[in-house]
Amino acid sequence: MLVLSVRHLTKSYRSGGEPIKVLRGVDLDVAPGERVALTGESGSGKSTLLHLIAGLDAADGGDILLDGAAVGALDDAGRAAIRRERLGLVFQQFNLVPSLSVQDNLSFQARLAGRHDPAWHTELVERLGLKPLLKRYPEQLSGGQQQRVAIGRALAIKPALLLADEPTGNLDEDTADEVMALTRDLVARTGCGFLMVTHSARLAAMLDRHVHLHAGRVA
Amino acid sequence: MRRVLWILAVLLSHWRRHPMQLATLLIGLISATALWSGVQALNQRARSSYDRAAAIFGGARTPMLVAKDGKMLPQSVFAQLRRAGWPVSPVVEGRVQIDGRAIRLLGIEPFSIPREVGDAPMVGRSELEAFLTPPHRTLISPETLADFGLKDGATPRLSNDAVMPPLMAQQQLAPGVLVVDISDAQRLLDKPGQISRLLVGKTPGAREPLQSFAGGRLQLVQPEAETDLERLTDSFHLNLTAFGLLSFVVGLFIVNSAIGLAFEQRLPVLRTLRACGVSARQLNAVLIGELIAFALVAGFVGLVCGYVIAATLLPNVAASLRGLYGAQVPGELSLRPEWWLAGLVISVAGALAAATTSLIKSMRLPILSTAQPYAWQEAQRRWLRLQSAVALAFFVAAGLLLWLGQSLLAGFGVLAAMMLGAALLLPAILELVLRLGERGARAALAQWFWADSRQQISGLSLALMALLLALAVNVGVATMVETFSRTFLVWLDGRLAADVYISAADEAQAREIQGWLRTRPEAQAVLPGGRAETQLAGAPIDVLGLPDHDTYREHWPLLQAGPDAWKQLVRGDAGFVSEQLARRLNLSLGDSIDIPAPTGDWRITVAGIYADYGNPKGQVTVNVAALTQRFPATPITRMAVRAAPADVPKLIADLTDKFGLDGRNVIDQATVKQESKQIFNRTFAVTGALNTFTLGVAAIALLTSLLTLANSRLPQLAPLWAIGLTRRRLAEVELLKTLSLAGLTALLALPLGLVVAWCLIAIVNVKAFGWRLPFDVFPLQLIRLLIVTLVAALIASLLPVLRLARMQPAQLVRTFTIER
Repeated sequence: MLVLSVRHLTKSYRSGGEPIKVLRGVDLDVAPGERVALTGESGSGKSTLLHLIAGLDAADGGDILLDGAAVGALDDAGRAAIRRERLGLVFQQFNLVPSLSVQDNLSFQARLAGRHDPAWHTELVERLGLKPLLKRYPEQLSGGQQQRVAIGRALAIKPALLLADEPTGNLDEDTADEVMALTRDLVARTGCGFLMVTHSARLAAMLDRHVHLHAGRVA
Repeated sequence: MRRVLWILAVLLSHWRRHPMQLATLLIGLISATALWSGVQALNQRARSSYDRAAAIFGGARTPMLVAKDGKMLPQSVFAQLRRAGWPVSPVVEGRVQIDGRAIRLLGIEPFSIPREVGDAPMVGRSELEAFLTPPHRTLISPETLADFGLKDGATPRLSNDAVMPPLMAQQQLAPGVLVVDISDAQRLLDKPGQISRLLVGKTPGAREPLQSFAGGRLQLVQPEAETDLERLTDSFHLNLTAFGLLSFVVGLFIVNSAIGLAFEQRLPVLRTLRACGVSARQLNAVLIGELIAFALVAGFVGLVCGYVIAATLLPNVAASLRGLYGAQVPGELSLRPEWWLAGLVISVAGALAAATTSLIKSMRLPILSTAQPYAWQEAQRRWLRLQSAVALAFFVAAGLLLWLGQSLLAGFGVLAAMMLGAALLLPAILELVLRLGERGARAALAQWFWADSRQQISGLSLALMALLLALAVNVGVATMVETFSRTFLVWLDGRLAADVYISAADEAQAREIQGWLRTRPEAQAVLPGGRAETQLAGAPIDVLGLPDHDTYREHWPLLQAGPDAWKQLVRGDAGFVSEQLARRLNLSLGDSIDIPAPTGDWRITVAGIYADYGNPKGQVTVNVAALTQRFPATPITRMAVRAAPADVPKLIADLTDKFGLDGRNVIDQATVKQESKQIFNRTFAVTGALNTFTLGVAAIALLTSLLTLANSRLPQLAPLWAIGLTRRRLAEVELLKTLSLAGLTALLALPLGLVVAWCLIAIVNVKAFGWRLPFDVFPLQLIRLLIVTLVAALIASLLPVLRLARMQPAQLVRTFTIER
């Protein structure tokens, strides 16, 4: 049973009146507990693929089966429900809620999904080393600390799949390694699939499998 | 449900971190609701008083039968109609004089009064016996009782020596009327066996045709939708409503500004919420719910503030209405539940209207767009061109309304379109001026000053537009009031040319006083006059009789007159008409009008048109001898006396001693002028107060916009600090920028204000009151307002500027690590 199955996925955008084909029939599978790195040069369609999988954008053609649900067939509310209950999303820009404390940011998505688990929450706080920071607000944290909160928020729902778009892009090398190590451990702990977009071959090598996108196709 | 609450909690957390923004939003809503509902409370109070007055035992609110010729009817017709199935009740009406003061007397027949006549239950079962059995009772409102200085149970003697039944105060009765049993009314008015009209009840049943009664003299008059008083005071209330609406709009500008900025600041949060699985529909529903909750809270506070404003202004409004129209409005507020409901509805509707753009953006929010904290300002710039086009459309609409519109509403439409057009054009004009400044700047800091001011326009434009509107209205109204004040004083001198005015209790006393005055050397001239009332072209008018004398020939405020106009008046076939009557009937010199008189229609030629400011009724001035000939029942009890100013006090003292006259019956010119000026001042005190409130709201709009912008401006200011500008210097530059923008706005508001004044004088006043004032400009007044604006802007910018001057370096440093 796959947690993610992508078949013949296509997507194009218009730029200056000209259609630009970003994805030209991508196939990709992720099994539960599998950690996959998605690499490729700028404009190869990595982030677009991630956004389509998350239901943040709609594909032109092809199928996405996420934890058994056909993402393309869902309406806005259905896609929102998938994101809320089965997906963890981590962005390069952290995307924390600036007006909520670290504590509330961590439980943010779990509360939305109605799946707040205090014991798991406590474990996440311990493992991510966020205990002394719980009362702080995002603007009072360093970049690495903010990304740890974002990862904690994404994993608080014990998602079927964790999607990360350049999660260490804003961090220095040491902090990036630290964040990656933590993420790998927590993914292993939850058993979810993990798909990470990265430019770094070094970070890609830390994961189980490496998929390279070139000109909108899996190379 | 828990999810919705959690989303709401997340959205609300933004306000917890940005309390000033929340305060801005609430202040905007509170100001808008307070001023609007305050004005509505005043209008509602006044209108309910008119209704109470109109509904006294039928009045204009009940169908009635009257004689076609306007004369009295024989009482026997009442019995005939009742027998023929008509559910009628007789009423006798007239005016009586107590201590020389005239008051309306109403005689009713309590048994036959239709149930649907609102005041019938007033004569309750317990009081009915006293009302009907000797010595009977006179019902009077507590206000009138106090006004006449009488006590419950008193039996005042009328000018014809008849004695009133004992007075009995009735809380529900409207002021200015006495109610007695019909038999008493006939006795007091000396009209035995006669009735004025018959109220018609709604009881169904067969009724014989009216032609069978009173020789076909009867006519059925249907109730009026609007009373005379309502019609007369419409323009006054429309003025108040216009002010309320203006303040409401200015308040909504603040709300729009606050919501727009908050929306842009919350964009990343909204996107995060969407990314974390909140559907667009759910998010928008919660956003609307949040806004409605705020609107309800602010609406309630606004209503309380509105009540306070109304209670503060009511005494002046009541005094103005009494002075201008004779309308009795009690000085206490009593608010109906629908007022509270309407206030909350207007608050919610206003909040939703102000948030429309933001809500539409939220509905169309693409989840994937990167966070753009300053997209709002950028979007504002894109809107600038469209906004200018809309402004031009408003100007075209104003032109069309000016050209085609005839009504008062069209007059206000011209004003509103002009002002909205100017407000919408303001950012484009400021942009142009600042761009020119930028081109001319040489020093680096000066260049940054102009460029940054331009960038700030988008964030401050709504506040500056609100300021422009408030200032323009201030200039417009102040110019109109000043013009009115000066014209009014000159006019008063013309109308009150005599030195002493006497009102005798009856004609016998008037003759006696005239005879006595002729023996007094200090009385240089005695000028008897009279006044009759009639209807012309469906509206009530006064016919004023003046003697032929130099006093009037030299001072009467004629605007236009033909040759030998005063000589024509003496002949009795010519008259002067007031400006408002001339405008209403489109009369020019030489035209003829037929004035309905008891002796038949009286055709007079218009020999002159004169100013009659402040009088809502039309007026025709004729020779007093001609007046008594055409209106034989008109009592000539009023007279004016010319005397040297030094002799006036002694003359008045002697008149008071000899004839028992008091301050109400004999009055010197200076006192009348003083009272007239007081009425004038009270009328414009209300306008002045609303004007100040509006300017205050605009200053709050500026303050709140500056405060909300202050934080988002740190990324612009921090680099300057980093390259060596002190915080103090930065604060000074910021202050200068705000003052420059406010000053520029004020400079643009001055010509717009003069246009507003012209609209008020040449359009609104003419349509509302029927007279036109000369248009004057008062430069000192404009300079004063300019200074007030700069002081208001200084106060508004002081807090954010002080915060900047005292900002810790660490806070500025953080800008480089977080905001980037």
